[in-house]
Amino acid sequence: MSKLRNQARGNSLSVLAGFFVVLLFSTAAFAPVIATHAPTRQNFGAVLQPPSAEHRLGTDELGRDVFSRIVHGARISVMIGIMAVGLGALIGISLGLLAGFYGGAVDNVIMRFIDVLLAFPGILLAILIAAVLGAGLVPVILAVAIFSVPTFARLMRGSVLSVKQRDYVEAARAAGASDGRILGSHILVNCFGPVLVYATLLMGDAILTAAALSFLGVGVAPPTPEWGAMISTARSYMRSAPHVVLVPGVAIFLTVLAFNILGDSLRDVFDPKG
Amino acid sequence: MSTYIIHRLLYGAFVVFCVITVVFFALHLAPGDPIDMLLPPDASGAAGRELADQLRRRYGLDQPIHVQYVQYLRRLASLDMGESIRSGRPVAGELLRLYPATIELTLVSLLIAGVIGISAGVLSAVFKRRAIDSLSMTAALVGVSIPNFVLGLLLMLLFALHLGWLPPSGRDGPIWSGGSIRYIILPAITLGTSAAAILARLSRSAMLDVLGEDYIRTARAKGLRARAVIARHAFRNAMIPIITVVGLQFGGLLAGAVIAETIFAWPGVGRFLIISITGNDFPAVQGAVLCIAVLFVLVNLLVDLTYAVIDPRIRY
Repeated sequence: MSKLRNQARGNSLSVLAGFFVVLLFSTAAFAPVIATHAPTRQNFGAVLQPPSAEHRLGTDELGRDVFSRIVHGARISVMIGIMAVGLGALIGISLGLLAGFYGGAVDNVIMRFIDVLLAFPGILLAILIAAVLGAGLVPVILAVAIFSVPTFARLMRGSVLSVKQRDYVEAARAAGASDGRILGSHILVNCFGPVLVYATLLMGDAILTAAALSFLGVGVAPPTPEWGAMISTARSYMRSAPHVVLVPGVAIFLTVLAFNILGDSLRDVFDPKG
Repeated sequence: MSTYIIHRLLYGAFVVFCVITVVFFALHLAPGDPIDMLLPPDASGAAGRELADQLRRRYGLDQPIHVQYVQYLRRLASLDMGESIRSGRPVAGELLRLYPATIELTLVSLLIAGVIGISAGVLSAVFKRRAIDSLSMTAALVGVSIPNFVLGLLLMLLFALHLGWLPPSGRDGPIWSGGSIRYIILPAITLGTSAAAILARLSRSAMLDVLGEDYIRTARAKGLRARAVIARHAFRNAMIPIITVVGLQFGGLLAGAVIAETIFAWPGVGRFLIISITGNDFPAVQGAVLCIAVLFVLVNLLVDLTYAVIDPRIRY
């Protein structure tokens, strides 16, 4: 009975997390409609104001509406998340596919390359890439994408190694299918499930890393309403107006929390042992 | 065992070499000229170009890139990392001065994370599905989800700015030679929280796995007290996966130190790296990245060797 109760509680938490993610994506999609003000419009007559009827979440140090900036920030975070994870998945999956399918020297070269990438502490790699390419949206996307390549490559390689032993691959080969055809229409489709699940989980990580880079001043630069950048510029005012740090902080926290909860329940589905 | 150590050392050296190479070429092929940062704003025309050429010669930037690379490697072999463009001081000296602060912060965070994380995880496993389990697992979920820069600022806001219990930034000096520990508390909690949360979840599942084993039932059946079963039979066997993750976390903490050091103005390598990046100080960036990467490789090597000591079944 208590197990059942636990499961039900776990499920309702996942539903809540799923609901939040849907909310996040819709906010990103309809940001201009939801926002009450232009996200970069300054109003020096109303700086660092606490939440009010006019400004639902108050204003920041330049009198910009925090609510509107958070809403537009959701758009930027979601965009970074999707593009970075998509690009990382594209590169990682291709590398893993080649390494797992061909084995031997190809496998060795690719996996040693992945090892070197992993030898770099993740955030340091992202900082370095962002530093080399300069501040901006594209460098951040690239940095976060490269940061996620190793995990995708390893995951894909693992799945390919097990799938390529299956009878249907053997049958396709016996029927004279080319390597490309076997990879494309037999192996890739059968390895896609776990990788797709993993990609959704990485979204939270990607959004967090991007925010951390902007917070450190090597990511998306102000005045773009990116959540990490908002915290970074507002920190000097947090004593007199804590909301300027708290609001974007809570936004990042809830986003990462939601993806983590979803991740946990997905892991339970795929690995019921835990 | 010794062949294994040699193999691992060689591999570590290879990785460090790759890191050096990647960092060197990435920074040199990057858009943006470090010389621009050094020129006075009024330097233009022939005089400006003359000055730029002089500076380029001084830093060896007029040579072809492969020549610069070989020169860089040669100087690195004698631990010469060049001069910081910003301060003019040797980078190696700066790093040598800063890295003990980073190690200190990382170790204290790891200690906090280890003690809190492992005890919370073990308690959760022993009192599975009771209040203490739900409480610590909820705390762990929050702990892994809260971004460290948000947590750091919240801690600073509450304990330093509002309550005034702890200093908001800086470092008093090494704690092993009498420096006040008040300075390290907030940055160490900021850095250690996610590691504590990860360790709590892992310790719980490792303990639950072990508690289901036959030898635990045997130990209970022969009338051993619950505490002895948990401490002597269960916990010792659950240690292997826990130690692995402690080691992995140490590397992660080294990297996370960049953020904690930046928030609390902790004078370590991570903060130096960020200041150098924003100042386009190439030699300093190169040195700092190298310093962190080498520490990371060494720590991972140490962790691998530790397994052999803890688990006599592992033979290399």
